[in-house]
Amino acid sequence: MDLLRFITAGSVDDGKSTLIGRLLYDSKSILADQLEAIERSTKNKDNGEIDLALLTDGLRAEREQGITIDVAYRYFTTPKRKFIIADAPGHVQYTRNMITGASNASLIIVLIDARQGVVEQTRRHSIIASLLKIPHVVVAINKMDLVDFSEERFNEIVKDYEGVAQQLGLKEVTYIPMSALQGDNIVDASPKTPWYTGKPLLQFLEEVELNQDINLTQPRFQVQFVIRPQTEDLHDYRGYAGKITSGIYRKGDAVVVLPQQIQTTISKIEVAGKEVEAAFAPQGVVLHLADDIDISRGDSIVHVATQPKTASEMEVLLCWLDEKPLQQGNKYLLQHNSRLVRAMVRDIAYKLDVNTLQQQPVEGGVKLNEVVKATLKTASPLVYDSFEELNTNGAAILVDETGNSTVAAVLLR
Amino acid sequence: MSTYRLDYLQQLEAESIHIFREVAAQFERPALLFSGGKDSITLVQLAKKAFAPGKFPFPLVHIDTGHNFPEALEYRDWLAKEVGAELIVRKVEDTIKAKNLTEPKGKFASRNWLQTYTLLDTIEEFKFDACIGGARRDEEKARAKERIFSVRNDFGEWDPKLQRPELWNIYNGRIHKGENVRVFPISNWTELDVWNYIKTENIPLPSIYFAHEREVLVHEGQLIALSEFITIEETDIIVKKKVRYRTVGDMTCTAAVESEATTLDEVVNEIKATRISERGETRIDDRVTEAAMEDRKKGGYF
Repeated sequence: MDLLRFITAGSVDDGKSTLIGRLLYDSKSILADQLEAIERSTKNKDNGEIDLALLTDGLRAEREQGITIDVAYRYFTTPKRKFIIADAPGHVQYTRNMITGASNASLIIVLIDARQGVVEQTRRHSIIASLLKIPHVVVAINKMDLVDFSEERFNEIVKDYEGVAQQLGLKEVTYIPMSALQGDNIVDASPKTPWYTGKPLLQFLEEVELNQDINLTQPRFQVQFVIRPQTEDLHDYRGYAGKITSGIYRKGDAVVVLPQQIQTTISKIEVAGKEVEAAFAPQGVVLHLADDIDISRGDSIVHVATQPKTASEMEVLLCWLDEKPLQQGNKYLLQHNSRLVRAMVRDIAYKLDVNTLQQQPVEGGVKLNEVVKATLKTASPLVYDSFEELNTNGAAILVDETGNSTVAAVLLR
Repeated sequence: MSTYRLDYLQQLEAESIHIFREVAAQFERPALLFSGGKDSITLVQLAKKAFAPGKFPFPLVHIDTGHNFPEALEYRDWLAKEVGAELIVRKVEDTIKAKNLTEPKGKFASRNWLQTYTLLDTIEEFKFDACIGGARRDEEKARAKERIFSVRNDFGEWDPKLQRPELWNIYNGRIHKGENVRVFPISNWTELDVWNYIKTENIPLPSIYFAHEREVLVHEGQLIALSEFITIEETDIIVKKKVRYRTVGDMTCTAAVESEATTLDEVVNEIKATRISERGETRIDDRVTEAAMEDRKKGGYF
């Protein structure tokens, strides 16, 4: 069985909670006692039907303020796949939470209210999907019941969104007309949309091809932890524990350790203490090298033939996630997977308007939720790929060394 | 399926192993909170695999309420020896005496909430900077929102509004002195995933996870084991039933379920068929208020 992580983007008004509730309910992931609790809450309302939105009800702190403040993770399984939903708040001020949820997603459901069509928020969510390179986009045109399941209205919205998708370079976009409230085109094809020939949402989620999402051609591995038991029988054992983030490693491969630039070969690969001939992403492994080399946490071991960039100065896109603004010249800690280096933000070239994608000048500091193009200078070299090309080796975070908080998402170029 | 593709359980395992290695590398004094339950048993298995053939790199810490199932304690001692880990036990009983705390009263008086005091004292005593726990996001709605690396302040408190963004698989474990990170490597696992993993890996479990005969008190539909820790009244209905435990916590606040399952396969089949959630069926303490877990976490709980 396979695993699909996806994110739902939209506000409460788009019916996001109802859609998630519907998926959980129709996939029978809601158990009797949880349902009873919902029924109890629903009885206070006028209509007799269960309020599916209550299934994703959050913390008391949120209920008191009537808002969603953070990503919630939800789980359901069908006979074909296990699903992890990152249920992220849609409002502009919570963009950083959406980025948190989106960073691990291979699919995004962008919700559109059929009455409203493509709005500013749709664009913002789609831009995040495009920046973070989420491979699959589902445009869920919801509340079709409120526009009489009109094919014309559906086509109109599809046409509008195609413009957005083209501008953003979103390649794999699927449009589904639905009513989460009434269950149309969620699990079964709806008789009310005979003109729609595509799959209902759940079937699409079960069948979307994920094999291409992991890159198996450019091997990347960073050392997380050096295993040295130093016991009598394992006296000389020295293994490099880490995760293969892309590609395949085989015993005997010619590799280079970066940034040291030292060539050697892989003498042994272990997975959970057992020797294997080959290992692949996203496996956690222990690599052994033929030569004694001084290697520590954060160093990369890659194939000689397909090497990443090694540099101390690079262009990046920064999504600013902190209340304290970024000023040109500020210094931070940069964490690139397991590698931690000091970094300075040198030039800030422009700010990206997340509604229009236009480049704008930066005046004053960079504020929370803004996206800027900048140049970073690091104290020691990074071994990386452009996020665009190989996202698993092209992402990093900036950490405020005095406050310890994560202040930016970094997309390396 | 391609040869170079992991199934969902292997993907979850890889994610957890990555998290374990980050903890070992980023912190000076990490500890693994061990309750004797299936989730913490799964953590131990994952940690073994993450660091093999090296030494098990964390002590096992048990915050002992004194209300344990004897089978769980026996298993705990066996497992610590088996993996060669240091076992640290700190008793809630001692905290109650030392700090003049009030013993909870009532029919099923639970020391569950008091564990927080003992946990925070233990963290201070050993200067633990990271505590690894077996909480899962599918268990409960407060847990559904907590990060994998969850930073707690000097008082162990969780603030849902001040969580760090947690991006990709990059974990920021930097903290100030006195702060502490709770790490949840199996955040993305469901109850069924844990059982499937235990089955796949053939991990031994305490015997109470399998069907056995037991005298139980029937209370509001839940089956509670007879023990010296609960108050039994004349009007109570006591029956002998074949039961197993779906979770293992305190004897005072964990209910049993009727079962015929004596093997892992049978347990997994029963879990697949159940229509009641894990916490709903087995945890008496969660029924008190709807926000019970949210409140406890904000107060420094696991």
